Amino acid sequence: MNYEELIKETALADERIVVMTAENRALIRNLPAVLGPRFIDTGITEQTLIGAAAGLALRGRVPVVHALATFLTLRAFEFIRTDVGIGQLPVKLSGFVPGFLSDGNGPTHQAIEDVSLMRGIPGMTVFAPADEADMVAMLPAIWASPQPAYLRVNTRPGTYEHAPFEIGKAEIVAEGTDVTILTYGMLFEQTLVARELLQAQGKSVGLINLRSLKPIDEAALLDVVRRGSLIVTVEDHFITGGLYSILAEILLRNQLTARVLPLALEERWYRPGRLSAVLEYEGFTGHHIARRITEHLGESGAAIAEGPTVLENEFAE
Amino acid sequence: MTDPKRQKLEKMALKVREHIVRLSTDGGCFTGASLSCADLLVYLYSELLNVRPDNLQDPNRDYLFLSKGHDVPALYGTFVELGFIDKARLDQHLTTDDHIYWHPNRNVPGVEFHSGSLGHLPSVALGVAMDCKMRGQDNKVIVITGDGELNEGTVWESLLVASAHKVNNLTLVVDRNHFQANVATEDLIPLEPMAPKFEAFGCEVRRIDGHDFAQLEDAFSALPFSDTKPSVIICDTVRGRGLPSIEARADRWFCNFSSEEVEELLRELHSQVATNLTSETLTVR
Repeated sequence: MNYEELIKETALADERIVVMTAENRALIRNLPAVLGPRFIDTGITEQTLIGAAAGLALRGRVPVVHALATFLTLRAFEFIRTDVGIGQLPVKLSGFVPGFLSDGNGPTHQAIEDVSLMRGIPGMTVFAPADEADMVAMLPAIWASPQPAYLRVNTRPGTYEHAPFEIGKAEIVAEGTDVTILTYGMLFEQTLVARELLQAQGKSVGLINLRSLKPIDEAALLDVVRRGSLIVTVEDHFITGGLYSILAEILLRNQLTARVLPLALEERWYRPGRLSAVLEYEGFTGHHIARRITEHLGESGAAIAEGPTVLENEFAE
Repeated sequence: MTDPKRQKLEKMALKVREHIVRLSTDGGCFTGASLSCADLLVYLYSELLNVRPDNLQDPNRDYLFLSKGHDVPALYGTFVELGFIDKARLDQHLTTDDHIYWHPNRNVPGVEFHSGSLGHLPSVALGVAMDCKMRGQDNKVIVITGDGELNEGTVWESLLVASAHKVNNLTLVVDRNHFQANVATEDLIPLEPMAPKFEAFGCEVRRIDGHDFAQLEDAFSALPFSDTKPSVIICDTVRGRGLPSIEARADRWFCNFSSEEVEELLRELHSQVATNLTSETLTVR
C-alpha cells in the first residue's frame, strides 16, 4: 500500500479525516475525486491553510495537511505554534520534500531546520519515516493520536522490512559494539549501505532508525550509550536542534557522556543538484558515511568499497 | 428597531463600558480599542447569535471569533451581562488564578479561540465555516477584526480562499475605529477606500455606523448577503466611545488608570461630561 492508498482508505473509513493542501498535490492527485468536499485545496496559502485546519479541528475534524516542508514549517510557523500548538489540536502536518529530498530546488526549499522548529512546540510530535513502507507503517498510529503531529514525508522505495510502529519507539535494526549509527528519514537507506561497508571491514556496527523524534526513544539511546560504542548521528538537518542536539540533551539530563560523531549540516545550506550528486558532494552517500566513520576512528578510509548508485528522487510538488 | 429594544441594548452597552473602565486599572487593558466595539458585541450576543451559556458545546450554535484580541474586555463585559461568566471572575484580571488577561483564551466560557497574534482568526473561522457548510448546517460564523489588523496579509489571503470556496456563511466584521496601536490608520497604511478592496477580494460588503443599533440590526439580519460570497460588514466606530475625555485619541489604545481616575471616568460615562483628566494624569503605554 502506498501513501495515497493509505490516506484514501483511512479517510473513507473515518469521516473526521479532511485532506488539505496548499496546492501540493503530487502524492494526493487522486483524492479530490474520492473525498469531494473533504479534500480542501486553499491554494498557495500556507498560513491560511494552517489556520483553516485549526478551525476544522475545532469542529472535530482531523486535518491531514500537505505543503512543502520548508514553507509549511517556516512560513506557517507562527500559525502552527499559535493556532495548532496553543490550541493542542490534532492537525497532522505532512511536509513534502524535507531535507535532502528537495534535491535540485535550492536553499529556499531546504527544510533542514524543520525538526528543530517543530519539536520546539509544546505538545507537537515529530516523525521521520525511512521510506514509504515505513511511513505507511507509522501513519495509522500518528493519525489516531489526539496530538498535533509533523511528518517528514518520504515516499522513496525501501528494501528493509520494517517492524510494526509504536509512537516513541525506535526501530533497532542491529546492535553493534564498535559503532552505532543513529538516523532518521531518507538517509536510513544510506546508513544501511554504510553499515554493510563497515562490516566488510570487520567492524561490529549497530543501526537504529529513530522513526519518532518526539517523543524520542530515550531508553534505546541510553542503551546504546551504556554499551560504549562510538555513536554516529546521521541526519539531513542542521546540526542545531536535530538528532545530535536531542542526543546531547539526553546525555546531559542523565549525567552521561559518550563518543559522538555528528554527521549533519553545519552552518550553511547544501549545494543543490540531483539527489545522488547532493549526497556525493555533501558526503552523505553510504560510502561517504562509512569513510567518514572510519577516518574518525583514526583509520584510512581508502579500503572502503564503493556503495551502490543512489536512486534519484522523483520530483514531488 | 423598537425603542424598548434599543433602550435595553443601550443600557447593557453602558454596563459593558463600566466593566471595561473597571478593567482599565491595576495593570490596565486596551481601553480605547475595547470601547469601540462594545455596542457591536452587545448587539451580536443579545440579538443575533445563537450562542448562550447553555449551548456553548452545541455544534449547531453560531460562532463569534474575536481576531482583534485587544477587545476582550468588551467581550468579558458582555459575557458578564449575559451570564456566561460570573462578574467575580473579572476581579481575577491579570492574576494567574484565572485566564482573564489582555487577550482571549478558550478557558473562559464563550471564548471560541485564543487570539492576540493578529490576522489569525479569519482563517480559523474559515475552517469552522467550511465545516459547517460541509455538514449542511446554516449556523453563522462571524469573525471580528480591527482595522489596523487589515495590515496583516493573512486577512486578505483568507478572504481570497473563502471567496474561491464560496464560503458564504463566513462574515468578517471590521471594527473601523480609524486607529491602530499608536497612530491613525490613514497616517500609516491607508486603508480607504475600504469597501472596494473587500469587493475586489470577492466579498459582499456593507458599511454602517457601528454604534447605531438600528443599523447593526439592519445589516446583520440581512446575512448572508450572497449565496456565493463571504460577507463583510465595516462598522465605523470611535475609539474610546462613551468617554469623551479619551474618544478618538491615538494615545488611548491601552490605558492604566489609577483607582481615583476610574471613579471619575465612571461618572463621566454616565454624565457624558468630559472629566478634567489630562494626558499628564493618565498612565498610558
